[in-house]
Amino acid sequence: MNSAKMAGLRRRELLAGAGVVALVSALPARAANVTYGELGGEEIVLTIARGTVAMKGGRAQAVTINGTVPGPLLRLREGRRVRITVRNTLDEPTSIHWHGLLVPFQMDGVPGLSFPGIGPGESFTYDFVPRQSGTYWYHSHSGLQEFSGMYGPLVIEPAGGAAQGREHVVVLSDHSFVAPARILRNLKLDPGYYNRNRQTLGGLLAGKDQPAADRLEWARMRMDPTDIADVTGRVLTYLVNGRDPDAPWTGLYTPGEAVTLRLINAGAMTIFNVRIPGLPLQVVAMDGQPVVPVDVDELQLSPGETCDVVIRPGDGAHALVCESVDRSGMAVGMIAPREGLRAPVPALRQRPILTMRDMGMDMGGTGMSHGGGMDMAAMGHSMAMRDGNNAPQVRLGPGVEMIAPMPVDRTGDPGLGLDARYVPAGHRVLTYRDLVSPVPNPDVRPAEREIEVHLTGSMDRYMWSMDGKTMSEAHEPIPLRNGERVRFTLVNDTMMAHPIHLHGHYFELVTGHGERSPRKHTVSVLPGGKVSFDTTAEAGDWAFHCHMFLHMAMGMMRVVQVRPA
Amino acid sequence: MIRHAAFALLMAGASPAMAQDHSMHGMHMPAAAPTATASPPAPDGSAATRSEAGEEPRGTDQPPGSAEAPPVTHDIAAARYFGADAMARAHQAMMEGHGGGTYSQVRFDLAEVQVRQGREGYRWEGLAWIGGDVDRLALRSEGEGRYGGGIEHAEVQVLYRRALDAWWNLEAGVRQDLQPGPRRTHAAVAIEGLARYMWDVRAQAYLSTRGELTGRIEATVDQRLTNRLILRPRVELALSAQDMPDLRTGPGVTEVGLGLRLHALIRPELMPYVGWSWTHKTGRTGRYATAAGEPRAEGAAVIGLATWF
Repeated sequence: MNSAKMAGLRRRELLAGAGVVALVSALPARAANVTYGELGGEEIVLTIARGTVAMKGGRAQAVTINGTVPGPLLRLREGRRVRITVRNTLDEPTSIHWHGLLVPFQMDGVPGLSFPGIGPGESFTYDFVPRQSGTYWYHSHSGLQEFSGMYGPLVIEPAGGAAQGREHVVVLSDHSFVAPARILRNLKLDPGYYNRNRQTLGGLLAGKDQPAADRLEWARMRMDPTDIADVTGRVLTYLVNGRDPDAPWTGLYTPGEAVTLRLINAGAMTIFNVRIPGLPLQVVAMDGQPVVPVDVDELQLSPGETCDVVIRPGDGAHALVCESVDRSGMAVGMIAPREGLRAPVPALRQRPILTMRDMGMDMGGTGMSHGGGMDMAAMGHSMAMRDGNNAPQVRLGPGVEMIAPMPVDRTGDPGLGLDARYVPAGHRVLTYRDLVSPVPNPDVRPAEREIEVHLTGSMDRYMWSMDGKTMSEAHEPIPLRNGERVRFTLVNDTMMAHPIHLHGHYFELVTGHGERSPRKHTVSVLPGGKVSFDTTAEAGDWAFHCHMFLHMAMGMMRVVQVRPA
Repeated sequence: MIRHAAFALLMAGASPAMAQDHSMHGMHMPAAAPTATASPPAPDGSAATRSEAGEEPRGTDQPPGSAEAPPVTHDIAAARYFGADAMARAHQAMMEGHGGGTYSQVRFDLAEVQVRQGREGYRWEGLAWIGGDVDRLALRSEGEGRYGGGIEHAEVQVLYRRALDAWWNLEAGVRQDLQPGPRRTHAAVAIEGLARYMWDVRAQAYLSTRGELTGRIEATVDQRLTNRLILRPRVELALSAQDMPDLRTGPGVTEVGLGLRLHALIRPELMPYVGWSWTHKTGRTGRYATAAGEPRAEGAAVIGLATWF
């Protein structure tokens, strides 16, 4: 990428979209070689337009915010009102949703739910007071615009003033030269279209992957154990702060200092495995909320999640390696004392293979929280792969290929492809169970009731839904009372991980940490797994959906309706 | 009568009713994925461990109650800020924009030249469809012929297709035969989908306007030698419930076909192939062929293109 050209483009776009834009003067502690600008103050203008992303020596079509992908970093202040005007120069409606922000529902930015959307040529001014601080992001909630590059980072400084020390915002994303609508069509016509890493006879003869007997059993079930990601490195380029691995983004530091990385997964369809070989990552915040610091060597970040990590790079260049979960590609950044210094980038690791545990049929008993094991059959619990009695609320239509017969709590699992079969001994990988809030949760009442939601789908038809119905089929919302404490239990009846996001709320994960449960706005439910969280209902209509953008577009979404008690 | 029963049995064998037994009897359970990484102990040593130590559960450790859900209301909260009409329109668009959708495809699974000793021919099998996940309108065509000898068989079907479950579809419609010679129009019904062991199966039954009952079963499976070389065996069976002398087709199993095609995946929608195809006319159908001076069994080298767009 020609950085001089990009800098020029950015300056032009900023001037073009100016209005009452207040540019925050770049603090000396921050690096300047990102592809996007930074905005702050009380009045912000964002202009949405068609544009391009420079990557892999070419230019890919994009929907840009102030001319760039990602859009500008918005730096807000807790408790300080902000007015953000979004100007739509597209020939289609647009919107911006503030991901993870606790805003009044009419400012949440979901067309048809929070507001009517922003029509072509129109503007809309969002007006709210941030009630929190930390690392967040914003993105379009219209059509497939987010998949086209319409997202940007958002940082809220605490009311007491910004923390001192070096920090970098790190936006991870995926972009394609192929239009998202075309990618979706290819998946509808051939759901394995982008998987070029399947099991083969050649692999069997070479002793790779599953042995013959297991392959036969999986074929009998009509399941592909290599179906890890729908959209892969075949068609995606993975970006760090808008830069591809050939011309990586570099975060600068002064030898000896600690550096905070504000990691944001803005990928439309990509789960990233994040590591810096040779450097531990100290996780200090998740989804914008502080956690008791925990040192790990790697973490899996799903679309919609953010994570603050502190690193102590010591000296020299270090590679920030962000592999896609199916190991079909990676995003790469550099952490270095000066521009141009590069660390070696390790090769992609072995592609993982799904197991019976990913099908909710794990009867091995691995010391996890699930009990029962073989007793289930004796108790009359069906181990059939698609028994409606195991989930009476699910409509067993063509869009449901499986009901996990024995889903287990997998919040102690490190994520697909990061268990002991794939990482060396002693390699620490973050799990949700490692997260503990340093302060008591604001609402520690017990949940008054439990709502179970099944995440359902058919890979063979590329259909995705909740409880067997797409959003377009299920017009009924999930009703809550304002102020009510309620538990959601998400059960994943598919072979893919689904990062589920609830708008306008924080929720506390039920992971055995009592009144210091970790607070999140997006949680990944592993295949064959289940996750419970408690939340306190906020008045309004809120979107509740899978953050795999194509899964949401296919209907894995509901409205959560909160009305006065 | 017996033939009819045998035919019904064959059709039932490929039906979804049989295929729906997904139970795990005798399932080989591999050892569970080991869950690595000893989690560090709760660093604060306070809240997390209190509950675990058997004290009164707090926060999310408390079990949920069983309160009743409130009723669903049929309003849009944002209407009070942006007006009911604007929100209703946008709400409808949002609902429709998350799920459903209409797609279409034109595909040829077979489009090939068949090379025999001095009797080169061709064969095609194509499908075009438009619709959603559950309901589709489909146009199918297949046929074959010989260079210099003209088309031997050609047909077009117009079908309504409905998804039955995650893997199986029902098709129903009309088939029109187009080849030279006696033409027929049939009512057509078929079950097609993905059977166990990843076999793509299609079982079809036809009832002609003359009251003749015939059927076909086709099955293919993909065996990946590598991610770019795909071997696709194919089995075909043609059936007739009665003798049809004008079509030189006898009762019972009329023809058995086997194929083995090696596809090179350039893109999923562009897979040229080479292979071998073998057909055998059986029983009285075979004797009709002999009487007409044609071989009962015939093998051919094939070269073709599987494609969709």
